[in-house]
Amino acid sequence: MNPQSRTLKVDYLARVEGEGAMHLKIHNGQVDEVRLEIFEPPRFFEAFLQGRKYGEAPDITARICGICPIAYQMSAVHAMERAFGITVNGPLRELRRLIYCGEWIESHVLHVSMLHAPDFLGYPDVIQMSQDHPEIVQKALKLKKTGNDIVNLLGGREIHPINVRVGGFYRIPTKKEFAPLIERLKWARETALEMVRWTSTLPQHEFEQDYEFVALRHPDEYPFNEGRLVSNKGLDIEIGEYEQHFTELHLPHSTALHSVIDGARTYFTGPLARYSLNFDKLSPLAQDAAKEAGLGSACNNPFQSIIVRSVETLYACDEALRILEQFVMPDQPAVEIEPQAGTGYSCTEAPRGILYHRYQLDDNGLIMNAKIVPPTSQNQRSIENDLRQFALPRLDLSDDDLTWQCEQAIRNYDPCISCSTHFLKLHIERT
Amino acid sequence: MLKKHKPKLAVWKFASCDGCQLSLLDCEDELLAVAGAVEIAYFPEASRATMRPPYDLSLVEGSITTAHDAERIQDIRRVSKSLITIGACATAGGIQSLRNFADVQDFINIVYASPEYINTLATSTPIATHVFVDYQLRGCPINKMQLVEVINAYLNGRKPNIASHSVCIECKRRGTTCVMVAHGTPCLGPVTHAGCGAICPAYNRGCYGCFGPMETPNTSALSTQWHETLGVDKDDIIRVFRGFNAFAEEFRKESDYYESAK
Ligand code: SF4
Repeated sequence: MNPQSRTLKVDYLARVEGEGAMHLKIHNGQVDEVRLEIFEPPRFFEAFLQGRKYGEAPDITARICGICPIAYQMSAVHAMERAFGITVNGPLRELRRLIYCGEWIESHVLHVSMLHAPDFLGYPDVIQMSQDHPEIVQKALKLKKTGNDIVNLLGGREIHPINVRVGGFYRIPTKKEFAPLIERLKWARETALEMVRWTSTLPQHEFEQDYEFVALRHPDEYPFNEGRLVSNKGLDIEIGEYEQHFTELHLPHSTALHSVIDGARTYFTGPLARYSLNFDKLSPLAQDAAKEAGLGSACNNPFQSIIVRSVETLYACDEALRILEQFVMPDQPAVEIEPQAGTGYSCTEAPRGILYHRYQLDDNGLIMNAKIVPPTSQNQRSIENDLRQFALPRLDLSDDDLTWQCEQAIRNYDPCISCSTHFLKLHIERT
Repeated sequence: MLKKHKPKLAVWKFASCDGCQLSLLDCEDELLAVAGAVEIAYFPEASRATMRPPYDLSLVEGSITTAHDAERIQDIRRVSKSLITIGACATAGGIQSLRNFADVQDFINIVYASPEYINTLATSTPIATHVFVDYQLRGCPINKMQLVEVINAYLNGRKPNIASHSVCIECKRRGTTCVMVAHGTPCLGPVTHAGCGAICPAYNRGCYGCFGPMETPNTSALSTQWHETLGVDKDDIIRVFRGFNAFAEEFRKESDYYESAK
């Protein structure tokens, strides 16, 4: 076999949420073609949302993704409230940040310790890794569980929580119910700090790229639910302008809708983007831990996302503690809602990056149309670019090694392929 | 000495949100124990290592929505000693079965700019429509403790100990005041399969049926009560039965009845 001309393909990408495949075509020592294929069958959420009531959107859209249901619920409720001209403030707003902290902790620790770390240490999965590193894995599981505990108490259950509604919640747990979380979170914060230190010792690839990072930015806080959408290359818009700047290209040979800025620019969303655009808004503890781990105030190496996710986990523990320690019982579990005709949009920071929802409603609050843009479809182009750049200097690796390393480059993005509203199934081209 | 053969576990995904298989990774306290008792032979969401078939126990998440998947489930059945479906997608077709009540072509046109690239069946159907299923675990999502119980039962060659009564019984057991009686909140609890632990009423909201119909539910009595006593709109009754278990027979009949009466 001529190592200069070969096709690498992985039919089922492992340790990504959902099902995808990777194709890399190498010809004469050049990377000819790179394709990340998604064969998640479409489920048509935007279609069957038509005719549903505004209040059903958080429960229905949660089912797009079992890994980040809170993100879907948060984008949905904020979009609806916007359409009705309502803002939710005070303790309810804080509790929404709290439940998002829970999801970040759960999702980030799942990725860092169970899906991503095995790559750095050369294990096929966390189970095998746990045989040599039992303590690390057990601690990580307990840390992950702390995130789930938050979602469980405030949301009712971990996956597809039932307590989130437009206007607030159905029931606010009492101070007494929240109390045990505080002790657990103090432990979690220490453990997250250890995770930052531990991930910073993992063997790293040198791979810095000049990305356009896109994330929310809020004047006072590290972003979850609110802010302007900004980039390091000049983008600075209101969420309402999203569709004027972001478009999805439906390319004939592409496996998914590729999202671009201003008709052409590839961008990057997720922890690396959030971190690089909002470093100054992290808590002092998280900032110090990041510095100690060798990160600057921006990070352009996607392999280091494992450290950045750990820093965000630390931040989420810190922030959750702050919220719980200052908790005051809201007067009402939810703000009153008066449906009215209009359009509402929202963008929130899912663990994997920005998640955009837009709904048009009639005067009974029935959904006339809906648009949902999940983070992974937005990162699609960036993933493919990375693969091309990353593979080129490594073409003399064996197929097995190159494949594994490329898989790792994809897993840097923690791609969540289940967020499938915008992914297509395409026939695999074999040459 | 020969090592004792550990049962080989495989986890398969069809059209779904991944939430049900994620429940396995959410078993933070039990995961390593489960992993010690079985050989994780195929679970791409968790591992890049795979073992060749056959498998002793296959867990199947998701519904059948493409021609390719309709074939794939046949292959999976062939190499699986036992096959257990996990979640509403696999047992009832899931929320994506709402296409079964519409024209899928309309759905495609709404979502995609170039519909010609979409390859999908007109319906989303449960796994049992296609192959024999040994056990069905309900829920959207499943209850992870029930999943552990089912795996345990299988490993020990006994029947899973999973209650089949309604959510109402779980409310009583939990000591939750009935939201329908006390607050007039419409609740699907009386016709919904137990398993969640009656979470919604404990959070002051009505059950929305994510575990699907219980055995022989009296759906028409409930919907009549909703409509006549609680003043629930007929369109809302259709919507509530057309949820995550829309295509489950008893819920489907109820929503179809109200639709045909329009
Ligand atoms: S049943 Fe619900 S939780 Fe389970 S995979 Fe389907 S949509 Fe997700």
